[in-house]
Amino acid sequence: MAKRPILVLDNKDYKQVTEDVCSLVETVPGKNFFALLLASKSLLLYFIITMGLIAVYGMGLMGVNSPVGWGTDIVTFVFWIGIGHAGTLISAILFLFRQKWRTSIARTAEAMTVFAVMTAGIFPLLHTGRPWLAHWLLPYPNQRGPLWVNFRSPLIWDVFAVSTYALVSMTFWYVGLVPDLATVRDRAKNKVRKFIYGVLSMGWRGTARHWNHYEMVYMILAGLSTPLVLSVHSIVSFDFAVSQLPGWHTTIFPPYFVAGAVFSGFAMVVTLMSILRTVIPHFKHYVTVNHLELMNKIIMTTSLLVGYSYAAEFFIAWYSGHGVEQYAFINRAFGPYWWSYWIMVSCNVIIPQLFWFKKIRRNLIVMFIISIFVNIGMWFERFVITVTSLHRDFLPSSWGMFNFSAYDLGAIFGSFGLFFMLFLIYLRVFPSISMSEVKPVLKVGRDDEH
Amino acid sequence: MMNTKNTIIQKIKTIFCKIENYIKSPTKKGTAAFWLDDHQLIKAAKEMTDSGFSGFEAVSPFPLHGIDEAMNIPRSFIPWATFFLGLTGCAFGIWFTWWVAVVDWPLNIGGKPMWSFAAFIPIIFELTILFAALGSVALMFFINGLPSVNPPILDKDITSHKFAIFIPEEEIKGRGAELEQIFNKFGAIEVKQSEF
Repeated sequence: MAKRPILVLDNKDYKQVTEDVCSLVETVPGKNFFALLLASKSLLLYFIITMGLIAVYGMGLMGVNSPVGWGTDIVTFVFWIGIGHAGTLISAILFLFRQKWRTSIARTAEAMTVFAVMTAGIFPLLHTGRPWLAHWLLPYPNQRGPLWVNFRSPLIWDVFAVSTYALVSMTFWYVGLVPDLATVRDRAKNKVRKFIYGVLSMGWRGTARHWNHYEMVYMILAGLSTPLVLSVHSIVSFDFAVSQLPGWHTTIFPPYFVAGAVFSGFAMVVTLMSILRTVIPHFKHYVTVNHLELMNKIIMTTSLLVGYSYAAEFFIAWYSGHGVEQYAFINRAFGPYWWSYWIMVSCNVIIPQLFWFKKIRRNLIVMFIISIFVNIGMWFERFVITVTSLHRDFLPSSWGMFNFSAYDLGAIFGSFGLFFMLFLIYLRVFPSISMSEVKPVLKVGRDDEH
Repeated sequence: MMNTKNTIIQKIKTIFCKIENYIKSPTKKGTAAFWLDDHQLIKAAKEMTDSGFSGFEAVSPFPLHGIDEAMNIPRSFIPWATFFLGLTGCAFGIWFTWWVAVVDWPLNIGGKPMWSFAAFIPIIFELTILFAALGSVALMFFINGLPSVNPPILDKDITSHKFAIFIPEEEIKGRGAELEQIFNKFGAIEVKQSEF
């Protein structure tokens, strides 16, 4: 039988794991951390100002117009929701498959999910043009009729899917955090810290009877999150696929979107993990090159899936024998937005093929660069789907172009400020490696395993 | 001036103390034994169960593989609750979409039937998951007695790298010597009187 690779390097014991993980929470961060925090906060401020101006002066500031009614907001919303999917994949699907290597990256990947979904949630609200009426999206007894939402609309399905996903992901993340927060509570030296982590850990005691129910619930949540995560991006794709527009109205959309989401999400995990390994030295023992290589393999696989979807769309357009459908796809690749299509293809299909080489899969700098390319490519994939399908309307007299403006730019880049600020604060406030999951797998791959 | 301020602070403190005593998790007096090796603890727990001790607790920083068998802890019943919570969510989803779309706010959209079930499946699905997931977590917290205030802590390392067995006074039933023997046999690093 092949020997299992060692999961945690440097022969750590239980105590060292606790020390390593808690040290991040218990020490005052250095200058580098504050520099990063300041940078992301400045970006966030830029985001807030952009959003404020759009909310006050209206959607006209952004690039959307007639016929391109869906623009940056929808593109970036789908982008961030997609990023979130890798976290759930790691924490739930790999858990169900008993993949022990997931333990050291699961917490951070889940945090990424939660923050990505939070960031994503802002965009559709901004897109409505009247974000202060966002609560109208939810069905609740009201004095406007009562006026209910239209459950036949894919946009309302999306409200339900995304908010359920956000709630369940946060719960899953929090349930995982409870025992580790209790560890921080028990190590606390001062009263304030003890109080805060005492409240957060809800009085966790760690008895065998607690663990018995806890483990069961954790597995149930993994089991429920798995169909949930697949449903979320399927429903996001319904926003497009259920309409009658050539280029959107295709049955391949749900699996194509889910594959793309996993692809972009894993790229983001690799981006974050390669940064974390550089910034926090002892992360290297927990997130090893083996972990990153496995994730790169998933990126490569999903890249092939996404590439296949691009090809299948073209094939079906040709096979349908329908002129309008064929035009929509030829226009995508060779029309006025040809550049966005080919950015997408090179970043998503061509560049990740470098991961066929083991040396590249294990090279930190190269994988970091490739993961950035994948993120760019996946943003452009949603841009291609949304904008190129809209800009050629059915009547040539209604044709138009998307007017990308500085406000679109602010919304895209600014949202990274929100994401990274939340992520940086998370790193210093919550235990960023799941101690209660890593400790049982410490001995995996070591010679003294029994 | 200073005096009245102090008495007010004093009063607030007593009120908080009263509240704290009221909501504090109840504890029992008993004996606690500590280990650094989780495998030894599981063996000790097995031996205790075999020699007729019950009602003791094993406390660990992570779930121990095999402790349920050693302590005769039955399989958690939560999956059943999850199933019925999911059914509740599903039933609520079906009823709610039907009531809104057919009874309270019937909208004719493209001549489609009022009760267009296929279009409501995403909503019903999401509600099923939502009820099942949040309900199960709430139930887990409830049966584990969480949230609790100032839970008893046997040792500050019990959530880091120490493992303990705690047996309340009334479960020892005068067999203290026998218990001590089991603890020593499996190499407990410390045995002390404690509250948990």
